[in-house]
Amino acid sequence: MNTLTGVGVSPGIGFGPAYVLAVHADPVPAPGARHGGDAGAERDRATRALEQVAADLEERGIRAGGEAREILNAQAMMARDPGLAVEVAVLIDDAGVTAARAVYEAFGGYREMLAGAGGYLGARVADLDDVRDRAVAVLEGLRMPGVPDHAERPYVLVARDLAPADTATLSADVVAAFVTEQGGPTSHTAILARAMGVPAVVACPGALSIEQGAPVLVDGSSGLVRLAPSDDEVAETTNAAAARKAVLAAATGPGTTSDGHAVPLLANIGGPRDVAAALEHGAEGIGLYRTEFLFLDRATAPSGQEQESAYLEVLNAFPGGRVVVRTLDAGADKPLAFLPPRGEEANPALGERGSRLFRTNPEIMNEQLGALARAAARSSAKLQVMAPMVATAEEAAWFVAACGDAGLPSAGVMIEIPSAALRASDLAAEADFFSIGTNDLAQYTFAADRRLGALTMLQDAWQPALLDLIALAAAGAAGRGKPCGVCGEAAGDPALACVLVGLGVTSLSMAAPALPAVRAALSRHALDQCLLAAQAARAAVSPQEARAAARSHLPGLAGLAL
Amino acid sequence: MAERQVIVKAEVGLHARPAATFVQAAAKAALDVTIAKGSGQPVNAKSILAVLALDVREGDSVVIRAEGEGADDLLDQLADIASAP
Repeated sequence: MNTLTGVGVSPGIGFGPAYVLAVHADPVPAPGARHGGDAGAERDRATRALEQVAADLEERGIRAGGEAREILNAQAMMARDPGLAVEVAVLIDDAGVTAARAVYEAFGGYREMLAGAGGYLGARVADLDDVRDRAVAVLEGLRMPGVPDHAERPYVLVARDLAPADTATLSADVVAAFVTEQGGPTSHTAILARAMGVPAVVACPGALSIEQGAPVLVDGSSGLVRLAPSDDEVAETTNAAAARKAVLAAATGPGTTSDGHAVPLLANIGGPRDVAAALEHGAEGIGLYRTEFLFLDRATAPSGQEQESAYLEVLNAFPGGRVVVRTLDAGADKPLAFLPPRGEEANPALGERGSRLFRTNPEIMNEQLGALARAAARSSAKLQVMAPMVATAEEAAWFVAACGDAGLPSAGVMIEIPSAALRASDLAAEADFFSIGTNDLAQYTFAADRRLGALTMLQDAWQPALLDLIALAAAGAAGRGKPCGVCGEAAGDPALACVLVGLGVTSLSMAAPALPAVRAALSRHALDQCLLAAQAARAAVSPQEARAAARSHLPGLAGLAL
Repeated sequence: MAERQVIVKAEVGLHARPAATFVQAAAKAALDVTIAKGSGQPVNAKSILAVLALDVREGDSVVIRAEGEGADDLLDQLADIASAP
C-alpha cells in the first residue's frame, strides 16, 4: 500500500522525511490512587499544576502569536476553569483520590460531553485531552512528548492528532506538511496549518504506520499521502503545484474569458470589515453586501445615519466601481429583536422573510432605502440595490418603485425562488438586474433545508435542475437586455464559474479568497468552451455527471491543478 | 436579578473565539454570572468548559443573568459579545 487517503484541509504539496510523533502514552493515573490524607495539600498540588500548565500554554501562545495564540489562550482558560477546579476539589476531599486522578476524572466528564456533541465541539476533545495530559504529567513528574522545532530539512509531521501547544511554535521552515490519523477540518491542526501555509491531511487512517524517516509526499488539496514516491513523481507533483501557484498569482486584472468576453468578478461581504480582503484578492466591486448584520444583533433598529456611514464606507472603497447592496434579509429565519414577535412559524424558510418582511414594515424599508440613497449621493461608486426573496413580477415592480421613490437609480432582485426563475422575463421587465442566490435557489428547488447536513447532496450547485433554472433566469434577463449575475457559493467554484458564464450569467460574486482561481479558470477558456461546457452539464442527469461532462470542455482546468 | 436575552449571531455560535471572549469578560467581574441556552439550566458563565458544553449555535437564544452592583453594565457588555456577528 503506497498511498494513504485522508481529508485535505490545507492546500499545497509537501515532501520530506516522516517525523512520526510517538503515540501519546496517555498517562492514566490508576483509578484507585489515593492521597496520603492531607486533602488541603493535595488540592494545592492540583491547583499549582493546573496553573503551571495554563501559564506554559500562554507563554507558548505569546511566542507563536497570531491565531495560535488565541487557541492556546483558550486552552489556558480550560486549565483555569472554575467548574473544573470545584470538581477536582470535591474528588480530592470526598473520594480521597490523588490530585492526578482527580484532574483526570474531572476532565473526563467534560470530555464526554464534547465528544458526544460531535462536529466542532468534538474537535475540541483533542485540545481538552492535551490540557489534561499536561496537568497529569506535571503532577506525576512525567515529560510531555515534544516536536523538534528545528531540522536540517523540513519534515512531514505525522501524529495521531496534534495539540496546538505542539505545533504552535513550528514554522514552514521546519515542517513540510502535517498528516494526522484523527482530526477534522475544524481541528486545530487544520486551522494552524492553513495559518502557516503548510499543507495538511487529517483523518488519514494508517498514518501512524508510516515508518520514521520514510519519504512522504503530501497533497493537502486531494488528501492523498504517497509513501516512498519516485523522484519523478515528486518532481512532477511539486512542479505542478508551483505552476498552479504561479498561475493564480499571475492572473490579475478584470475577469475575462480568453477571447475577451468580460465577466466582472465581485466579492460578497457582510460589512466594511470585509472590504480589505475583497481588495486584496482583486475584486472589481462588491456583488453582494449583506446588510442584515447591521440589524441582527440589536435591541433597536440602526439609525439612518448609522446605516449611511456603513454603506458609505464600502462605497468609498470602490471609487467608480460597482457595489450591489442587498436590502435587509431577515424575518422568520433570522428574527429581529426590535420587531414585535409575529408568532412562531412552522417553516421559517418558507415564511415572512426577506423582502416580505420589508413589505410589512415600511418604516424599516424607508429608513434603509433613504440611507442608501444619501450614501450613493456622497460617493463616486455605482450603487445598485436589490431585494431578497422576490417571488413574482408584482413584488419586483413594488420594490423597484420603492427604490425609485427613494431616489435610487438601479434596483434589482435576487433570484432565489423557482417561481422567479421560471417567470424571469416578467421580472426582468420590472427590475434593472438579477442576482441569483444559488444556495437559497437550491433550497427551494429541491425542497431541502440548506442547514440540514443530511441533505447536502441536494445542495450541490451542479444539480442539473438548478443549472436549468439559472439558464432560464439568465435568458429571461438577456431577453430584456438586463444583466444577470450569480452571488452564491456556486460562483466561487472555478469549473462551475465557466459553466455559469456559458449559461448566460454576466457577473460572478463570491467570497474573496475564491477570486484568483476563478479569474485564472475564466482566462484559460474561450466563451465557446464555456457554452459547450454549460450545454454538456445541462444534458447530464446527476451533479457528478454534470461536473465530468463540463470538465471535458474545460481543458485549461487541468493546468491549474483544479 | 438582572438578565438579558440575546440571539447568538456568530456563524460559529458561542464556540471558538466568541466563547473565549465571553468567558474572559465574565471572569473579570466580581459578580456571579450565569448563562443558559433557551429555557435550559443556567451554568457558570466564567467556566469555558461549561459554556462550550452548552453547544450554543448560530440563531440560538441565550439568557445571561447576574445580581449585584454593576450587574446591568456587565450584562450589557456580555450581551454585546454574545450577540456579535
